[in-house]
Amino acid sequence: MKIAIASNGNTLESTLDKSFGRCSYFIIYDRESKAVEYIPNPNKDMEENAGPASVELVASRSVTKIISYEFGMKIKPLLDSLKIQMIVLKDPEKTIRVIIEMLNH
Amino acid sequence: MSPRIKTIRKVLNPPAIKGFKPYGPETGKLDTEPVNLLYEEYEALRLSDYDMLNHHQSSVLMEVSRPTFTRIYASALQKIAKAFVEGRQIAINGGKVYFDSDWYNCKGCNCNFNNPERDEEILKCPLCGDKRIKSFDPAQINDAESPSITDDVCICAHCGSMQPHKAGIPCNQFVCPECGSRMKRKGTSGAKIKKN
Repeated sequence: MKIAIASNGNTLESTLDKSFGRCSYFIIYDRESKAVEYIPNPNKDMEENAGPASVELVASRSVTKIISYEFGMKIKPLLDSLKIQMIVLKDPEKTIRVIIEMLNH
Repeated sequence: MSPRIKTIRKVLNPPAIKGFKPYGPETGKLDTEPVNLLYEEYEALRLSDYDMLNHHQSSVLMEVSRPTFTRIYASALQKIAKAFVEGRQIAINGGKVYFDSDWYNCKGCNCNFNNPERDEEILKCPLCGDKRIKSFDPAQINDAESPSITDDVCICAHCGSMQPHKAGIPCNQFVCPECGSRMKRKGTSGAKIKKN
């Protein structure tokens, strides 16, 4: 099971980005193999529709859950139709390391 | 040219049944090709004739425009009339829809999450595994904590005035308070200030 995290950096000490579509890095965590993959977000400086483009990128990695600080109004119906679970974590202080530890409950 | 892309319609309650069959002595002799009623057409009929909402209220719930809703509704009536008159079956499936998902709140890590699989019940938080979860209405968060302001800035490409970006709402939904043109995200290519 793969989980995507919208982060503002490419280390385990980074925190959640305030935006999903324009976050700096997507962190893909594989719960089975415990592998962590960092994908720089090519849609960071997009003028509009950064959200749907980012959903496409993340969905192509066949993730089942996405953790983000915020999901925009264009993304919610898209993720609902793709059956990807959204997890909204309103805590910008939590580092990626802490979130991954929480996922290993 | 490719046709205009359809907006995804929101369906609150998917139908409990897959369709209808006619009965009577003549049904065997009739053309048995079923009429395909789309999910969005079922939902349109449910909202306006079962829940007795008007087209405007229904269109808001399905997240389409009022004229689009009226077209979906008209198509639904036409298909049902066809099935009745010609004695055809009605099969409910297909359509460009998504099913609205239920949202939950976890007490352990204070996160909000949704349930993308309608048929499976969620028993524990997908993030921390805590079992203290309760369902909640996502409309509440929109009211209670209106979109949070991020570090990003919306900028007017016309006169250069700026305002803080609100998370979750596209910049071009706001108009510039100075000159009335649409705002853009600062730092993107379209947001360079035009010089006369």
